[in-house]
Amino acid sequence: MTGTSDSSERSETMRKVPENHGLTVADYPLAETQGARIAGKRGLPLDQITLEAVMAGQITMADLQITPRALRDQAEIAADAARATLALNFRRAAELVEVPQDLIMGTYELLRPGRAKTRAELTDRAALLRRDYQAHAIADFIDEAAEIYDRRGLFARRY
Amino acid sequence: MTDATRPNRWRRFSEWDDRPLRLDRFAREDAGRGFSAFASPADPKPGVTVAGGQIASMDGVLAHEFDMIDAFIARHHLDPVVTDEAMAIPSAQLARMLVDMNVPRTELVRLARGLTPAKLADVVGRLNALEIAFAYSKMRARKTPGNQAHVTNAKDDPLQLAADAAIAVAYGFDEIETTMRVARNAWSNALACAVGAAVGRWGVLFQCSSEEAEELRIGMAGFTSYAETVSVYGTEKSFTDGDDTPWSKGFLAAAYASRGIKMRCTSGAGSELLMGFHEAKSLLYLEARCLCLQRGMGVQGTQNGGIDGAPLTATVPGGVRELMAENLIAVWLDLECASGNDAKSSESEIRIGAKILPYLIGGSDLICSGFGSILAYDNSFNPSLFNGEEMEDYLALQRDFEADGGLTPLAEHKALDLRVRAVAAIAAVFDELGLGQPTAAAQASVVVASGSADTQSYSPGEVAAISDAIQARGISVVDVIAALARRGFAPEAENLLNLVKLRLSGDYLQTSAMVRGGRVISAINDPNDYQGPGSGYRLSPARRDEINELRDLLDQDSVLKAEAEQERAETARVTYGVAGAATAGQDRAEVVIGISPAFGLKLFQTTAGHRLSEVLAAMIDAVAARGLRARVVRFHHTADTSFLGLSAARLSGSGIGIGLQAKGTAVIHGADRLPHHNLELFSNAPITRLEHYARLGANAATYALGEAPEPVVVPTHGEAMGARYHARVALIHAIETGLTTEGAPPEEIAVRFLKPRGEGRG
Repeated sequence: MTGTSDSSERSETMRKVPENHGLTVADYPLAETQGARIAGKRGLPLDQITLEAVMAGQITMADLQITPRALRDQAEIAADAARATLALNFRRAAELVEVPQDLIMGTYELLRPGRAKTRAELTDRAALLRRDYQAHAIADFIDEAAEIYDRRGLFARRY
Repeated sequence: MTDATRPNRWRRFSEWDDRPLRLDRFAREDAGRGFSAFASPADPKPGVTVAGGQIASMDGVLAHEFDMIDAFIARHHLDPVVTDEAMAIPSAQLARMLVDMNVPRTELVRLARGLTPAKLADVVGRLNALEIAFAYSKMRARKTPGNQAHVTNAKDDPLQLAADAAIAVAYGFDEIETTMRVARNAWSNALACAVGAAVGRWGVLFQCSSEEAEELRIGMAGFTSYAETVSVYGTEKSFTDGDDTPWSKGFLAAAYASRGIKMRCTSGAGSELLMGFHEAKSLLYLEARCLCLQRGMGVQGTQNGGIDGAPLTATVPGGVRELMAENLIAVWLDLECASGNDAKSSESEIRIGAKILPYLIGGSDLICSGFGSILAYDNSFNPSLFNGEEMEDYLALQRDFEADGGLTPLAEHKALDLRVRAVAAIAAVFDELGLGQPTAAAQASVVVASGSADTQSYSPGEVAAISDAIQARGISVVDVIAALARRGFAPEAENLLNLVKLRLSGDYLQTSAMVRGGRVISAINDPNDYQGPGSGYRLSPARRDEINELRDLLDQDSVLKAEAEQERAETARVTYGVAGAATAGQDRAEVVIGISPAFGLKLFQTTAGHRLSEVLAAMIDAVAARGLRARVVRFHHTADTSFLGLSAARLSGSGIGIGLQAKGTAVIHGADRLPHHNLELFSNAPITRLEHYARLGANAATYALGEAPEPVVVPTHGEAMGARYHARVALIHAIETGLTTEGAPPEEIAVRFLKPRGEGRG
């Protein structure tokens, strides 16, 4: 299953990856090969998330949230499996982990046809995500949408 | 025939009018109006040009004229490094590579990254249905097949959702999808299914199809583990009417992954046609665009194969082949494929059985997306191709073809235990969390109910209040796990916790991931390695045993047990006294009835369920009514009807004999005839009634008197006699043949009836 990622996307994605752990398909599933290292958002490792801990009130939903690192690790595995676009999606996802839910849903809404009335509304949102969350791949994706929406007249009012 | 007597209609057409098939409508091919499955004059010719590492044109459109779908595909799907090489391969050659077991899947997947939508459609369109099915089986991403269930009900009743979710888990579904009749009820549905799906084993992924933003919130509260209703469309106008763009959907894909939630997109032929923006393109070409978009977005998979458009697609010539073809493109693009077979695309059970077969024998990541595990009227998505009603038909198909359709037969007592447990679990959670106190009567009604019409439980309005409370109070899966554990449902609490913990590693976000035996398996660690016979997915002996174990299987023990139940009653009604060796009779007024070796000794009823004493009495009486005498002889050298009859005729003073097997097959024979050239034969014992045996006796007497009676015809109604009876017949006949002894002489039998004739059965 080992292969190379699409070269067209590699240059774009390599720029954003903070560190590479050199993971391959042989490291999958991570929960089995690296179980001790897998942890939730508050740092509690997988093996400490037990029913006893739940009963003791020590577990919150934050402990059950995926980390940017886990997503980047899965991106490395996906890339090794020659799935470059999936890998890129995981890298975009890693950037969104820290983005609050309201901002995510607001950005999704802004990307729907006719919501943004000008190209600048989208590029401003991209700039905000780049600045506040270092969400470079996501920002690039939104900038690209702005360019295409502009060309295809999707800033028109729909309702 | 004069005009006055000329009939207006051949009646067969009236009968055809009454068949379910005639409720299906079939549309005339009309490419200009979008009614073309594989090819339309408006479909572009495949082509691509690359300039400076960028796509300069694709399928006849220059880059600056790309619509948003072209633009997305050109930037995110097409790999400029591969595209020249891949597009240069003639379509006919690529088509042959797809069905060539010596061309590895990985090589074809590599090439697909350089193929345009028009090229992909052109290639798969060259394959016939069998070739598509084979190529699909070779190209699908994960080796082990799986299946998905719908769990919904017409009342959004959480008790029933929990019970039905537990049942779906027990049948072996890998995913459960729910939705609501009333949108507000999403939170209650999600919580109830999550609890029900934790009964029995862990690992069944669960989704609650609702509005995009709410679905993501429910996922973040931990109740759901995947989403698949992120729809994409093949024309720009359809996409914007669907209120999205490839970028908005691509953003959602990243958003779901960022919350550790598995996601696939949805697309299927016919959606653009239904929405009115088909651009006169063929269904397959538009779907190829959808699938290239999805690969470009970086989603791991697709729910594809018509989906809601499947019924419309099936009205078009070749529509069902098209549904298979688009699934093939999906897996060629290396996407997980939840391959449709969901929306009921026909009223004809024959069309439905035919539709599922290629997926059943070829396998699929999720054969149905989903299978209605509940009754058709309880399916809030609309009835599925297969519903709760047809569950056992599907299980039988698995067994017939030794094909793993992802499901496992469930023993009746186990099903009931699971329903009791699931209803108790959700009731405990409701009570513990202050969401409600379902009465014992309500719980009991749900446990036994086949569908929501049989329950005295929650109404949709009552559920809305519960759903609002779950949302308003911010109840999460952690609260539910704790509630289960506090109320004595520790195994279920553990199961649910294990499921939520999956999202930390993200292992199940990879392509075609599901959980089997507590392990995530996906296209990474369970890749489809088909390379010809003996490779790819094969049934293990253990899995084969599971699939084979349908309920009420017949074997010799069960046949002998059924006979033993009759034995006592028969011994009270009749005795068969042995009165020495049987000899040839001289009395021209006799008819010999030759009975088989096990008749009345080991076997006591015909396959129609008539007691042998009554059958014999009916014949003896009928012979006597014609003034002749019936003599009963038991043969030991044969159990064959023809030879019983011929042997009886040879002993008969009149030259006419009757052969009678214990299973009820009977024949009238003449002493001068060839063995298989009898006078009359009752070969269909299961539909032969006592009156027929009486008339057979009367006719035998009539032949003995030298007259020519009207032969007795036992009317059939086209029943599948073989399917209903032959397994039992073969087991019974083996008992008869086991008692035969070559050359053994016949015995004269003194039959004595111990009870007055004509007494009712029972």
